[in-house]
Amino acid sequence: MSLIAAKNIDFSHGGQQVLQGVSLSLEPGEIVTIVGPNGSGKSTMLRLLIGALKPQKGSVTRKPGLRVGYVPQKLHIDPTLPITVERFLNLPHRVAANDAAAALETAGVPGVGQRQMSQLSGGQFQRVLLARAILGKPDVLMLDEATQGLDQPGSASFYRQIESVRRDLGCAVLMVSHELHVVMSASDRVICLNGHVCCEGTPEVVSVAPAYRELFGTGTGGALALYRHEHDHGHDHDHHHHSHEAAE
Amino acid sequence: MLDDFLVRAALAGVGTAIAAGLLGCFVVWRRMAYFGDATAHAAILGVAVALAFGTSITFGVVVVALAMAVLIHGLSGQGVAIDTMLGVLSHGALALGLVAVTMIPGQRIDLDAYLFGDVLSVNRFDLAVIWGGSAIVAAVLWWHWAGMLTATLSPDLAYAAGINPRREQLVLTLLLAGVVAVAIKVVGALLITALLIIPAATARGFARTPERMALLSVCVGVLAALGGLRFALIFDTPVGPSMICMAAALFGLGTVGAKLRA
Repeated sequence: MSLIAAKNIDFSHGGQQVLQGVSLSLEPGEIVTIVGPNGSGKSTMLRLLIGALKPQKGSVTRKPGLRVGYVPQKLHIDPTLPITVERFLNLPHRVAANDAAAALETAGVPGVGQRQMSQLSGGQFQRVLLARAILGKPDVLMLDEATQGLDQPGSASFYRQIESVRRDLGCAVLMVSHELHVVMSASDRVICLNGHVCCEGTPEVVSVAPAYRELFGTGTGGALALYRHEHDHGHDHDHHHHSHEAAE
Repeated sequence: MLDDFLVRAALAGVGTAIAAGLLGCFVVWRRMAYFGDATAHAAILGVAVALAFGTSITFGVVVVALAMAVLIHGLSGQGVAIDTMLGVLSHGALALGLVAVTMIPGQRIDLDAYLFGDVLSVNRFDLAVIWGGSAIVAAVLWWHWAGMLTATLSPDLAYAAGINPRREQLVLTLLLAGVVAVAIKVVGALLITALLIIPAATARGFARTPERMALLSVCVGVLAALGGLRFALIFDTPVGPSMICMAAALFGLGTVGAKLRA
């Protein structure tokens, strides 16, 4: 049985049809990425799957007792709300201090437990969100543009962390991203979304699919060309990365 | 002991400060100050309604404040420009209440007691309402604390954890109505929001966790209530406003103190 399955989802918001006839499912242990241009309904799809939105038509079925670890796109904590990393990890359920420390380690931010959430850098903050998500020993980890606001090396290393988390926990991973080059290589399956499912399959299959090319591909090569292109400019990002680290 | 009006006033102030201090943290974190104003001002309309129907004033205040709470909760889900709407409702209810009270035949009630509070006249029944209401607010907050905190941090995180953030917000809004009923005799409808916000804001600079902030906020509220009462007795000033002045003074001291400490 699939961990979570959406069937023929229709969703509109403010009179605008966002999703139409979308079906997708997630099997245990696989890494699935939803890609699509801005406004294609990727985040909406994820919010439907976690139950934050209700579809007008169609249904979302979860395996009974499914544990979902959710890493949101961005999290704004009001400056009037003081909260340490450790306290944040204990929401909504208390966890053992050892488990919290281990989750921070797994997520790549050991020892930040006593820091204020507001003092964390962007990369650390996302990793703390990841730590919180894996604390509940999820069957499925859902990430919504989790690397938004991170620079190139930062997001690449974040996705490597996701892969190692998947290896450790054996959970399924469902990601939403526009960073094709990074996520494509790490995924078992890619779903290309633009209001409806344009195409679906392994990264190799999707990257040569006509529908995918139409959305992203500029000429030949698709995701790989994009990857090379961005890789060529890596030194700029590296530079930025260093200055960011120094500022901490 | 309860025969002494000063003891009753002090107890009323402390009971109110506990409920307002705890709930006030959520009001600050979620920026619900306008929610507080709207529910508090609706209480004046509640006074008028109670007089018109000859029911107890406490009952009228609770019913109208709860109705306002449900109304603004419903509106907040519609995605309308909520603060403008709250401004209309809040001041509309206040004005309507002030007008309606004068139109009730045969009633010559001193509305000042409900606008600015009249803590020196609280009786045993008022004390029971204040401490009972305060206990309910504290108990519900205790019960819902983790869920409300998660929903405050991020509604989506709450959904993913199986918590309905809309329900948590409804509970918070209803609790606001509870605090209004508790506080109206103590500081009055016009200054209830101050009692919610100032102690919590004062506590912010000295807390590392939400729980610590809530505890400190209660302490500041109690200090302001007792200090304000004492001040009012010495200088013969109105008690409710004196409590708020004391709270504001503590906020000023706290802000300076936190700056110096940093």
